[in-house]
Amino acid sequence: MDLFMPLFIAAVVVLGLIKKVPIFEAFVIGAKDGIKTLYKIAPTLVGLIVAVDMLKSSGATDVLCGAVTPLADALGFPKEIVPMLLLRPISGGGSTALLTNIYKDCGPDSFAGQAASVLAGSTETTFYAVAVYFGSVKITKTRHTLISALAADFTAAVMAVLTVRLILQ
Amino acid sequence: MLNYIFGGIIIISVIFGIFTGNGSALADGIINGAKDSISLLTAMAGMMLLWSGIMEAASQGGFTKIIGRALSPVLRRLFKNVGKDSKALNYISMNVSANLLGLGNAATPFGLSAMGELYKLGNSSEKASDDMVTFVVMNTASIQLMPTIVGTLRQNYGSQTPFDILPCVWISSACALAVGLGLSKLLRR
Repeated sequence: MDLFMPLFIAAVVVLGLIKKVPIFEAFVIGAKDGIKTLYKIAPTLVGLIVAVDMLKSSGATDVLCGAVTPLADALGFPKEIVPMLLLRPISGGGSTALLTNIYKDCGPDSFAGQAASVLAGSTETTFYAVAVYFGSVKITKTRHTLISALAADFTAAVMAVLTVRLILQ
Repeated sequence: MLNYIFGGIIIISVIFGIFTGNGSALADGIINGAKDSISLLTAMAGMMLLWSGIMEAASQGGFTKIIGRALSPVLRRLFKNVGKDSKALNYISMNVSANLLGLGNAATPFGLSAMGELYKLGNSSEKASDDMVTFVVMNTASIQLMPTIVGTLRQNYGSQTPFDILPCVWISSACALAVGLGLSKLLRR
C-alpha cells in the first residue's frame, strides 16, 4: 500500500511527458491552489480545534463518551469515534479536530484511530454539499436526498469499523 | 449551524470546567488548542501543496478524461434522463473524476455546472429531480482514491503505516455509495 503513492506520482509524470504536458508548470499551478485551500481552512480549523480542546480539558468529553458507551458497544464501535460520527456530516473542520484528538489519545494505529481515519476518508460534509448544490439552483424541495446521504454516511461508519477489524487488526 | 456548534461547545466546556474544578485545565486547553491547530496546519501544508500540484499535472495529462471515459457507461445508466452526449453528462463525469482524484476544488465548479444543466432538464421547478438527488447523493459520499490529508495526519501523529487504511477506505466508500444510490432510487415516487 505504501507504494501506491509513489507509483501514482510516477504514472502522472510518465503520462504527462508522453503527452508533452508542461508537468512542472501544471504542478506549480496546482500547488498554488493547494495553498489557497490551506489559507481558506486555517481560520475554521483554529477556531474548532480550540473549541474541541476546551471541551476535552473541561472533562466534558469523558462524560459524553461515558454516555454513548452503551450505544457504541451495541454497534461494536470504539466509543471514541461516536462524537466524530455525529459531527462528520455537519462540519469538516470539527471532525478533523476530533480526529486529531483521537490520534493524540489512542494513537493513529489503534483500533479507534484506524476506524476514525477510514471514517474520515470515506465520508463527506454531507449537509454542506447538499446546501451548496441545491442552493446553487434554488431548489428548496430536496425530497429524499438527505435521508439517502445520511444512510450512506452511516454505512460508511459501519463499514469503517468492520473493515478495520477484519483487515487491519 | 456552525455558530451553534461552536458556541455550544464553548459554553458547555466553560460551565462544565468550572463546576468540576477543571478551570485551570480549561485555560491550558485554550492555549494548547491554538498552538496545536497551527502545528497541525503546518504539518498538513506540505502534503496539501504537493498533492494539489500532482493532481493538477494528472488532470492536464488527461487522467480526468481517462477516468471519465471509463465511468461513462455507469454514469449513463445512473442518469437515465440525461442524453448521451449532453453537457450535463459531461459535467457530471468531470465532477466525479475530479472527486476521485481528490481535487475537491476542481470538482465543485463542475458539480455546480452539472446542477445547472440538470435544473434546465427538470423543467426548472423548485423540486429536485431524480437525477439531481442521485447526483448530490453521489457527491456526499466521498469517492476518492487517495485520502492524503488523513494519511498525512496519521503520519504526523506517529503512525508506522499511514496509508494501510486505503483498502478499508475504498471498501467503505464503495459500500456507502451503493447504499446511498440504492436508497435514492428506492425512495423515488
